[in-house]
Amino acid sequence: MNPTATRFGIWTALVPLMITLLGLALQGLALVVPSMFFDWAFYLEVLTAGLLQGVLYSLVALGFVLIFKASGVFNFAQGSMVLFAALTMVGFIEMGLHWTLAFVVTAGVMVLLAITVEKVVLRPLVNQPHIILFMATIGIFYFLDGFGQMLWGSDVKVLDIGIPKAGATILTNGFDYGIQINSFDLVAALVGAVLVAVLAVFFQYTRVGRALRAGADDHQAALSVGIPLKTIWAIVWSVAGIVALVAGIMWGSKAGVQFSLALIALKALPVLILGGFTSIPGAIVGGLIIGAGEQVAEVFLGSLVGGAIQEWFAYMLALAFLLFRPQGLFGERIIERI
Amino acid sequence: MLYREAGQFKTSYTADQAIFPIRQDRVALLIFGLVAVFAVPALSSNYFLETIFVPFLVFALAAIGLNILTGYCGQLSLGTGGFMACGAFFSYKLATAFPDLHIVAVFLLGGLGTAAVGVLFGLPSLRIKGFYLAVATLAAQFFLVWMFNKFPWWTNYSPSGVISAPPRDILPGFAVTGSGGDPAVKYLFLLVLVAVLALVAKNLVRSRIGRSWMAIRDMDIAAEIIGIRPLWAKLSAFAVSSFFIGIAGALWAFVYTGSVEALAFQIDRSFQVLFMVIIGGMGSILGSFLGAAFIVLLPILLSNAPAVLGLQIRVEMISHLEFMIFGGLIIFFLIVEPHGLARLWQIGKEKLRLWPFPY
Repeated sequence: MNPTATRFGIWTALVPLMITLLGLALQGLALVVPSMFFDWAFYLEVLTAGLLQGVLYSLVALGFVLIFKASGVFNFAQGSMVLFAALTMVGFIEMGLHWTLAFVVTAGVMVLLAITVEKVVLRPLVNQPHIILFMATIGIFYFLDGFGQMLWGSDVKVLDIGIPKAGATILTNGFDYGIQINSFDLVAALVGAVLVAVLAVFFQYTRVGRALRAGADDHQAALSVGIPLKTIWAIVWSVAGIVALVAGIMWGSKAGVQFSLALIALKALPVLILGGFTSIPGAIVGGLIIGAGEQVAEVFLGSLVGGAIQEWFAYMLALAFLLFRPQGLFGERIIERI
Repeated sequence: MLYREAGQFKTSYTADQAIFPIRQDRVALLIFGLVAVFAVPALSSNYFLETIFVPFLVFALAAIGLNILTGYCGQLSLGTGGFMACGAFFSYKLATAFPDLHIVAVFLLGGLGTAAVGVLFGLPSLRIKGFYLAVATLAAQFFLVWMFNKFPWWTNYSPSGVISAPPRDILPGFAVTGSGGDPAVKYLFLLVLVAVLALVAKNLVRSRIGRSWMAIRDMDIAAEIIGIRPLWAKLSAFAVSSFFIGIAGALWAFVYTGSVEALAFQIDRSFQVLFMVIIGGMGSILGSFLGAAFIVLLPILLSNAPAVLGLQIRVEMISHLEFMIFGGLIIFFLIVEPHGLARLWQIGKEKLRLWPFPY
């Protein structure tokens, strides 16, 4: 067992405990503050909804982690890649392609995009400071936003690939009314799990994956043993593009394909802070914590301060977290003081 | 041929430390100032004053503020919009609570309030840096806008959540805020205020405190070893930067638009100002002006270009094209000159000095 896996295991084991503690804290608060409503079944329901929402955040954050790990670029354009992928997919489906075929074609488009980005943007900017590369990805963000909407129009689109959306009730004998969950969210969670498993196998056991990890560890050492970094970057951006496509499909079928998808990238930032910029399991766990925390805070605490605290709660959570554990839950410990 | 400093001898320390040591620069600045004060309001229409010159000056001030923090002290901030909102709403509360307070005092006090908020959100910078800090400032951005939007006390219980700037005079008879007021008066007021504040900023970054910011930016550990206190340097950078940005926000609400809601200071605004700093040149006061001019003019040029060229393009297509060209130009500028327009200006001056000889 490597240390990351051990830590991951410990955290997983602690989850029920933390859920109970959070519930007890809220229960206590509800006793003190009379205007607050608290109910255990309702709490678990909100928590489940939040966790499943968190899976979708994780999907977006995954793309960030992939690119940051391999090239040290903080890719702000990941959100617009999600939007662009979803728009392209809808566009192809509207042309009459079956969704599986549309998926393959769109994946091809994302690979093309990745190669273009590598050639046009990243290669001329090699050796520039991080902030310049970051700004360049903001440029890509604007470009893709305009490009996608110019090609496919800016209306809200429906993306339906036949995922059932029926509600289901579980644990009916444990609580009075049971707990409602949406089967769509379960599918999303399953897709997320499969994606992470595939990525883990790809990174751990394939030749390309090994090259990717080498490039992430040390650029010069990787070059000196004959790993072509340019190709590696193109591959990483392609993989991130395909992850963006999956995220786009899940978000798109949940909330419709629209411009606001691109701004989900901003929600992925606190997820990354929590999970660590370089850890794939971290992105998943961070997403779950942010999703659940935000949902629970909104429902139970939001009414105390006027609502809509969802907008900033994730950032404040990340900020508080940063003060105690700057490297994130699973991030590599780089001691960089002040 | 004309741009030579040969024969200009410095005979005192004051002359040696002047902001513009070359005589031609001083003459050019004087001419530029005269044009800005007399020719611009006389020759340009109210429309031009209100849509180009006034926002340009407001944005230039915001860009100077962010440049102090990001360009000089090296702390990446995405919270500019939130701090601008702070300045606007603090000034609004002050102006409505104390109607007799002079408007310049209102702006300065609003800026001071914003500086306090900036220091508060700058505290995490003592432990984290880079993108982590950017997320911390994002928290400021979203939290502040949410607060001004959510609590009606900030807007004096206005049902729409929009604040309208109360009309105030700079001198008796010369209204500078509110919907009334002559655009030329507004422009001249802004010009003087921004020029004075830019001078303050320029002198700050040339002084002891500015040098400590740059030392922190270039290498924090080395700076600490030579005796610069990171706590003091970083928090003072946050305070001064937020002060400028707060005044810019107040000017935006009071002088430029006249009425504003919290949602006008969304994250887009932060990016807009960040672009100005990057394109203009990080760590350059002149660059802040150049960047602001570029970002203010670009959308206007882009939206008018098809009509001038005689192309028939649908309106929404133009807005998408604008996005694309905007993004493309940013990438282009970063590739061609990562140090911004200010560096281009500097290179141009060097070449001019030697002209007509190549070296």
